[in-house]
Amino acid sequence: LNRYLLPLAAFALLLVVLIVGLRHAPEKGVIASPLLGKSAPQFTLPDLLDTQNPMRTDALRGHWSLVNVWGTWCEECRAEHATLLQIKQQGRVPIIGIDWKDDDAQARAWLTELGNPYDHVGADREGRVAIDWGVYGAPESFLVNPAGTVVYKHVGALTPQIWAQEFLPHLL
Amino acid sequence: MKAPALLALALMLWVPCALAVDSTPPLPNPVLQQRYLALTHELRCMQCQNESLADSPVGLASDLRRDVRELLQAGQSDDQIRDHMVARYGEFILLRPRMNWRNAWLWRAVHADRSDHRRARVARSAPARGYR
Repeated sequence: LNRYLLPLAAFALLLVVLIVGLRHAPEKGVIASPLLGKSAPQFTLPDLLDTQNPMRTDALRGHWSLVNVWGTWCEECRAEHATLLQIKQQGRVPIIGIDWKDDDAQARAWLTELGNPYDHVGADREGRVAIDWGVYGAPESFLVNPAGTVVYKHVGALTPQIWAQEFLPHLL
Repeated sequence: MKAPALLALALMLWVPCALAVDSTPPLPNPVLQQRYLALTHELRCMQCQNESLADSPVGLASDLRRDVRELLQAGQSDDQIRDHMVARYGEFILLRPRMNWRNAWLWRAVHADRSDHRRARVARSAPARGYR
């Protein structure tokens, strides 16, 4: 009997390990950000909405913020836009946009056409700030706390459900 | 010329075009250029994920190649440049994973397995490879 018991026990243990591993596996294709729990990267970008004053990391200090990386070339961003407008309307957090490798005029036209959910929009024409944030596709959204720490990151379009279930609990 | 010869010629002319993704001129310093090529081949294009920076035509890859060039010219070491990328994109950006406390047992397993096959000496000098 002992001859079979040990391999069987080993197999059962392996099964448990694999099931737990699968259950806890993060969504396929989404890469955990090393930024979580760390200070938001420093940046200074020309502000699309205020040509006199550049947008700086200070824009994130003293209050919760939603940092949203987008571009007019990004179809998913168009799908996401209505959700951003809703979040703006709720008034819980200011939304800071990073317009990633885009044309300024086209970006302004987009905001005029679809409505503007952003308090500030930095024009990241060369894509350097997006890289500092570890962005690898648009849209991506970050929740930053009043101390300037990145608390949560979502890759892909925001929806009202994702906002309510994954972002809002952090704000309570 | 016969058809096979023509085909071979066409292939010879076509292949280099297909491979030249990185169209930037080489760095003036040949040592830096060598390190640039090595680094861009061992860093992952995060957008396409199974290609290296050197092999990927997407915009993010060319932006990251630009950053590698700039960091090299600023005098940073290979390890500093790897750390710079890992700080932004995580260990996943390294096509050849580094050993750390979380994956040490995996590395040990690879070594143990290889020494079973009496290739211990080779294994120690050439640890597990990434996806390349």
